[in-house]
Amino acid sequence: MIPLSHYLVLGAILFSLGVFGALTRRNAIAILMSIELMLNAVNLNFIAFARYLPQTLLQGQVFAIFVITVAAAEAAVGLAIVLGLYRNFKTVNVDEINLMKW
Amino acid sequence: MGNLADLVERFYGLTAAWGIPWLVPTLVVMTIVVSVILAYISVAAMFMIWWERKISAHIQVRYGPMRVGGWHGWAQSIADGVKLLLKEDIIPAGADKVVFVLAPLVVFAAALAAYVTIPWAPGLIVRDLNIGILYMVSISSLVVVGVIMAGWSSNNKYSVLGAMRSAAQAVSYEVPLVLSLLGPVMIAGTMSMGKLVEAQSGVWFGFLPQWFVFPQIVAFLTYFTCALAECNRLPFDIPEAESELVAGFHVEYSGMRFAIFFLAEYANMFTVSAIATTLFLGGWQGPRIPLPGLPREVAHTLFGLFWFLVKCYFLIFVMMWLRWTLARLRVDQLMDFAWKILLPIAFANLIVTGLVLVLGRQVLLYVAGIAILLLIAIALVVRTGGRAVQAEKAS
Amino acid sequence: MTLQLAIFYVVAAFTVWAAAVVVLGKNIVRAAVALIFSFCGMAALYVLLDAEFLAAVQVLIYVGGITILLLFAIMLTSRIASKTARVVNDQVILSAMVAVGLLVGLIYASTSGLVMTAAPPLLPETSPFLGRALLTTYALPFEVVSILLLAAMVGAIILARKE
Repeated sequence: MIPLSHYLVLGAILFSLGVFGALTRRNAIAILMSIELMLNAVNLNFIAFARYLPQTLLQGQVFAIFVITVAAAEAAVGLAIVLGLYRNFKTVNVDEINLMKW
Repeated sequence: MGNLADLVERFYGLTAAWGIPWLVPTLVVMTIVVSVILAYISVAAMFMIWWERKISAHIQVRYGPMRVGGWHGWAQSIADGVKLLLKEDIIPAGADKVVFVLAPLVVFAAALAAYVTIPWAPGLIVRDLNIGILYMVSISSLVVVGVIMAGWSSNNKYSVLGAMRSAAQAVSYEVPLVLSLLGPVMIAGTMSMGKLVEAQSGVWFGFLPQWFVFPQIVAFLTYFTCALAECNRLPFDIPEAESELVAGFHVEYSGMRFAIFFLAEYANMFTVSAIATTLFLGGWQGPRIPLPGLPREVAHTLFGLFWFLVKCYFLIFVMMWLRWTLARLRVDQLMDFAWKILLPIAFANLIVTGLVLVLGRQVLLYVAGIAILLLIAIALVVRTGGRAVQAEKAS
Repeated sequence: MTLQLAIFYVVAAFTVWAAAVVVLGKNIVRAAVALIFSFCGMAALYVLLDAEFLAAVQVLIYVGGITILLLFAIMLTSRIASKTARVVNDQVILSAMVAVGLLVGLIYASTSGLVMTAAPPLLPETSPFLGRALLTTYALPFEVVSILLLAAMVGAIILARKE
């Protein structure tokens, strides 16, 4: 059988990859993709715990459904904002969107 | 079919007795099943292509293929397939090679993966998943991704436009499609394809089979319309209209890669008809007679398979008939139709089905009464509003 | 090494490789395609965890919805012939340290507890249970999430409209 720690470690790896991507990528859409990776890793953790802890009885899966829904809503609004950025700055490179810098 | 499952069990027992690890017979059985399905898809696609050419010809008062192979050109599809195989494989200069090569594979893999839960006959499902219909819907959404990959990687403005239109159309029509599928699922109480077919057994009044198309006629029509749009068939043909965008998203594909797209499109048509047959037309249910010389189980299965295929190909015939009869919808008309007409109808169907299931059939009287009152109110408002506008224009 | 463990390792390696391409890939379209692969890998992992309904929902919503949104946004905001030189910004080293530190901390937290391997008895089907739970115990968050989706839809339409 697969120990629970395997799933948790995999979730940790995916989450840190997502964190690295969100902190270092310059393309705004790539940042959004890294955020989706992080949300996926969190979902994996929830579902793994829902499977291995019988007393929770699928609470983890219910929460994962909500996470998926919120991720979809956030991706839609985030991409609309990115489109607005592109229209105004002609670039999606977050390094070049620095009008409010001192 | 009791025989098939027993056969597989005996095969496993034999290999275990010979000391072969359990993995090997599993892989052998899976390979055989996938090969059978692939063979079926190829043959069925070739037949459907020939059939489409014949149907379009007769609707347009001409003959269609008549020469290749003798009788009514039955070998035309085989000749076309050989021609496509022998063509030169061209990848455009500025194209993203990896994504370009991957796109037709993604589309075909998605079209093929949906064949896992198709209930061909009692006991003849590859895997009767307990989320059967949800699985098929989610796999169909993978096709859209492959279309976008194909359009983008071709490095061609027509491809990108065609891909974006196709993706927008597919995504828009997916919503009323899934909602209209929920009606039969709610009545049967299960998402498993095999159990959905079994929930439609029996007859009303001694002759009318208890198929879901009768209580859910609205859902069936909505589903069929959305299915036409998902397969990019006329009248929702804009993404690959020959007279519009050259060939849409697959304009840069030639030879074997184009053949894969083509196969995937016809496989998708069959899948969509299979879903409609399973959920609305009773799947493999149909009159059966005992055949002499064959055990009852085998005759049962053969008749089930026969009726399933008859119903599927009837729906495919209707799809082809509509293609050569109706005019194409413009892109904005298409999107309006999905979001402003089909989606409210699908929601209304879902709500009424839910109400009837919970509160019993009397609810239908109330719903009909409210609907009639609403229609009268809307008609009155429109007429008086029209008269007011006319009076303003005259003065 | 049971079959399930072998499948887990294969799927996990595939998902991690796809995630690495998402995070480090130069070509944004290839990164999006790799994201699709990582979502499919996650769906396979959910099936391994007996969460079949969530696996189908993951494919339907993430692959069939969110990645299509991402691909549309990529197509609308990138020039076909642009090959920008740099993928990562100036804070690579600091971010790498943060990410590695986070990874080490999380792995330590994950592996230092009880070793749970015994699979508890399962529900035969998760879908009816989830459906009932969403409409009885979790009815309030369910309604709130519907309102959230409505707000997100209206907001996205208004933000993305051409004035």
